[in-house]
Amino acid sequence: MAIDSDVLVVGGGMAAITAAIAAAREGADVRLVSHKASTLRQASGLIDALGYVPATEPAKPLREGPPTAGRELDRDEWPDPEGPLADPFEAVDRLPESHPYRTVGADALREGLDLFDDLAGDAYRGSHTDNNALLPTFGGSVKPTARYPAAAEAGLASDDRPALIVGFRSLTEYDARAFAGRLEAAGVPFDVAGAEVEFAEAFRADTKVTRIAKALDHDEAIDGVPAREALAKAVAPHLHDAVDEAGGVERVERVGFPAFLGDDRGDAVRAELADRLGADVFEIPMGPPSLPGLRLEDRLYDALDDEGVRFETGNPVVGVETEADGAVETVAVDRKGRETPYGADAFVLATGGLVGKGLDSDREGVSEPVFGLHVEQPADRYEWFVDDAFGDQPYARFGVRIGEDGRALDADGDAAYENVFAAGGIVGGADAAREKSASGVSLATGIVAGRQAATEATK
Amino acid sequence: MTRHTDDEDANEANGANEMDGDDRDEGEPAATPGVPEAGRDEQPSIFVPDDGAVEGADSDLAADPTADRAATDGGVESATGGSDSTDLDPDAYDPVDVFPGGDLDLRDGADSCYKCTSCDTSCPVAEVDEEFPGPKFQGPEQWRLKRKDDHDIDESITSCSNCMRCDDACPSSVPLSQMHNEARGQFVEEQMEKLSREYVRNRILSNYRFFASIASKVPRLANAATKIPGAMKLGEKVLGIAGDREFPDFATQTFREWWKARGGAQVENPDKRVAYFHGCYSNYNTPEVGKAMVRVYEHFGYEVMVPPQKCSGTPMFANGMLKDARRHAETNVENLVEAIGEGADVIASCTSCSLSLRQEYPELFDIHGIEDVSEHTYEALEYLRINEDLEGELAGTELADEQAFAYHAPCHARNQGLSRQAVETFRDVGGVQMEDVGDSCSGISGTYGWKEEKYEKSMEIGAEMFDHMEDAEGEVGMTECPTCAMQMEHGTGYEVEHPLQLLEETVGA
Repeated sequence: MAIDSDVLVVGGGMAAITAAIAAAREGADVRLVSHKASTLRQASGLIDALGYVPATEPAKPLREGPPTAGRELDRDEWPDPEGPLADPFEAVDRLPESHPYRTVGADALREGLDLFDDLAGDAYRGSHTDNNALLPTFGGSVKPTARYPAAAEAGLASDDRPALIVGFRSLTEYDARAFAGRLEAAGVPFDVAGAEVEFAEAFRADTKVTRIAKALDHDEAIDGVPAREALAKAVAPHLHDAVDEAGGVERVERVGFPAFLGDDRGDAVRAELADRLGADVFEIPMGPPSLPGLRLEDRLYDALDDEGVRFETGNPVVGVETEADGAVETVAVDRKGRETPYGADAFVLATGGLVGKGLDSDREGVSEPVFGLHVEQPADRYEWFVDDAFGDQPYARFGVRIGEDGRALDADGDAAYENVFAAGGIVGGADAAREKSASGVSLATGIVAGRQAATEATK
Repeated sequence: MTRHTDDEDANEANGANEMDGDDRDEGEPAATPGVPEAGRDEQPSIFVPDDGAVEGADSDLAADPTADRAATDGGVESATGGSDSTDLDPDAYDPVDVFPGGDLDLRDGADSCYKCTSCDTSCPVAEVDEEFPGPKFQGPEQWRLKRKDDHDIDESITSCSNCMRCDDACPSSVPLSQMHNEARGQFVEEQMEKLSREYVRNRILSNYRFFASIASKVPRLANAATKIPGAMKLGEKVLGIAGDREFPDFATQTFREWWKARGGAQVENPDKRVAYFHGCYSNYNTPEVGKAMVRVYEHFGYEVMVPPQKCSGTPMFANGMLKDARRHAETNVENLVEAIGEGADVIASCTSCSLSLRQEYPELFDIHGIEDVSEHTYEALEYLRINEDLEGELAGTELADEQAFAYHAPCHARNQGLSRQAVETFRDVGGVQMEDVGDSCSGISGTYGWKEEKYEKSMEIGAEMFDHMEDAEGEVGMTECPTCAMQMEHGTGYEVEHPLQLLEETVGA
C-alpha cells in the first residue's frame, strides 16, 4: 500500500518549499519528502534574484584543444560580468535563451518573490522596490540581492552613515579589520572601521555560533555580566574608531556584527545592543554555519505546517517504482533499507544541483538519480569545464530542462513524464553562483512547478 | 503463539553474571534451529579495537608478504595490495579486509565531509556547552587524527549525547553517529579507568534493564525507595546520578507479565504477523504503551508475537559500552530473525529502539541476520501508516473528550523520517488538537541528562521545548520516546502519553 497525496515534492530547500506551498494554495493535498534536514541552514539567508549577467562568450576565442584543468597554460579570458544590476527584471532578456528565467518568464520571478514576501512577513525587507539592494557579506564584498533579513537592514551599503564592523579573535574565519578595508576599497559611500573586541574569548576557540547565539538569546552571564551587556561593553570603546575624509574622528551610527545575534530572540538582542550602544545594529550574513539560514528554515517550515503541507525528512526518494501511460504512479522511499512506495498524481523534483546532490556525477557522466531525467552534457568530459575558473563553466549550467509549465523534458524537448515537474537547482541553464540568482530561480520555477503540479493532480 | 509467551524474565534477576560474561540462561539451547550459525559475517564485533588475535590472524600475518611493508596511508594497508595488484576489484574493499582484526572502514564517510558544519549547527550539546568541540570534530576529524597509532580518542567524546541529529543534518551522508559510536567505544575500552566512578555510573545507566528487572520484582518497594528523602541525593553523591531527577515508577505488573496473564495473542493470522520489540521501558515502567500496541495491532487484524528480547542497546551505545550492547544484540537478533522467519515484521514502540535495530545494529555489529532485522524493523505508527489505510480509518472519528496535546518529536524519530507522523496522523481526528512544540532536542538524550555533571546542560537544552510546551494549548504532552517523556514531565509537570495510547482510544481498540 502506498503513502498517497495529490502532489509529492521531493526536496527540502527553497524551491521545494515554494512548490509545496504554491500547490497547497491551489487546493492540492501536498507531501514533501526531504532526504536530510533542509540545506537552507547553509544558505546566507539573502534572497537573490539576479545580480549579474555573466558573459557567455570569452573576450578572446577559446584556445584550441581540451581545457587544462587549471594549469597555467594560455588561459581563456572572459570579460567581467555585467552588473551589479540595479533592476533584475529588465535584465532577464539578456540571459541565455536556455536560462530558467527565460523559460518561465520574469512574471514567474515576480510571483515567486510575492509568495516569499507573504511567507517571510516582517522578518524580511526589500519588497518595496523592484531594484536590488546592496549588502555587505561575510567576505567583505558587496552583493546585489532582492530581499534581505530585517536584521541586516541597517547594514545596507547604500546607506551613508558611518559604520563600525565588529570581529572576534576567536572567530577565525572572520577578520573585521580586513573586512572594513575591503569595504573601503570597494568604494562604499560611508566611513567604516573594523575592530576586534574581547567577547567571544570568554568561550573557548571554535565555539559554535549557535552557542554564542544561545548565550545572547538567554542573556547568560559571561564572567558575571549578562551576555548582551558584556558584548555592548566590549564594543563601546570603539564607537569612535571611524575616521572621516578630513581625518577627523566621528561617532559611528551603526555597528555590524557577524550574524550570531541570537536565534529565537534575535530582535530583542539587536534592540538591546542598539539601545546600549546608541547606534543601529546589524548582522552581516555569513556562510555556513548560518544563523540567518537557520532562522529562514524555521520560518518556512512553520509556513509549510500552516499551509497544511505534510513533510518528512530523514529518508531519500531513490527512484521510480511504478509508471503507467507516460506518468509516474509511485516513487520508492528508502526507509532505512526497506523501500516504501509513495504515490501521487503529480511530482515535483526539487533536489538541488551538483552541490545539493540532486545531480549525480562520475567519470562517465552526469545523471539525475530519482526519475532518471535527461541531463544535457557534452559527451567528452573535458568539455564540461573551461580553463578560466571564473569563466562560463558548462558544468555550472548542467541540469534538467523544463518547459514553460515546469514539466521536466526529455532529450527531444518533450515532456519526460506527463506528471513530473522540476524546480530550483536541479533545473539547468542558470549559473546561479555567478549570476547571484539561486533563490530567484528556486522561487520562479518553484511557483510554476507547484501550481502546474496541483493543476495536473486535481484535473 | 504460545511459545512466544515464553518469558526469560523468570531467570532474569538471579544471574549475578548478567552484566559480565555470557548471560545466556542455563538450559537454553545455544542456537535455535533455523538460524545459521556460521557465515562470512560471524566475526568478532567489528567495532571493538583489536584486543586479541582474531582466529587465524597470526598465521595470516606471518604468511602475508606485505605485512611488514611500510604503510603509506596513515597506517592503513591497501585492501588490494597497492599498485602491485593487477585487478582493482571494488568488492575487495571490504571493511574487514582493510582493517585486519575487525575495525570499521569509515574512510568513505570521512572523505565525504566537505566541512559545511551543518552537523555542528544541529548539535544540541554544542549549543549549550562550548567545551564540546562538536560532531564534525568527533566524527571525520577525529577519525583522521587517530589513523596514527599514538593518538588517543579525545575525552570530549563522552559529552556527545548520541542524539544523532548530525546524521540527519549532514547533506553529504557522512555516517557521523557511526563514527561517534566507534570512537566512544574505543575510548571506553582503551582509555577509561574501569574502576572510576564515572565508568561504574555509566555502566549502571547503560544497563538500566538489569536493574529494572530486579526492581520489577518488588515494584512497590523500589518505587518507595527512590522516594525516600535524600535517596536521590545519595545517588548523586555516591554515583554521580543527577539528584534532581525523579526516578521513574516501576509498574506493578510488567508488560510481559500482562502478556502472559492474558494468554498471549488473541488474534491468529499467518498473513499479518508482527513481532513486538517492547524494549525495557514499556515492559518495566509503562506497560500501558505495550498494551496499547497489542490492542491497536489486534484491532487491525495482526497476530502479535512477543519474542524474548533484551535491551536494544541505545543507552549502551551512548556510553560506549559496546560489548554489553553486542551481547544483548545477539539475543535480540537471534529471536527476531526467528520471528521474521515466521513471516513477521519487527515493530518497536520506542523510536530509539527502532533506530538502534535499523541503523546502529548493522553499522556496528556483524551478527548473522542483523541486516534482516534492520530491514524488517519499523516504528509502530509508521508501520500502520504504510500498511493500513489509517487515514481512512481515522476519518470522521471523534475523541469522546476533547483533548489538546503538546507533541515533541524525539531526535531519534527525526532520523527515521518520523518527526511529523503523530501530528499528521491525528490531524483529522475530531476533538484532538496536536501541536508540534518545535524541532529542539528535549535535552535528556537517554542517559545524558541523568548524569550529575550534565544535568544542567540537559535542562538548558530542554528549556526551549519546555517554553514551547507551556505556550501550547495542550496540558498533556505526547512523544514516542520514554526518556523524552521523562524530561517533558520533569520540566513542565505535564502528564505525557505515547501516540499509541491515543490511537487505541481513537479506534476503540
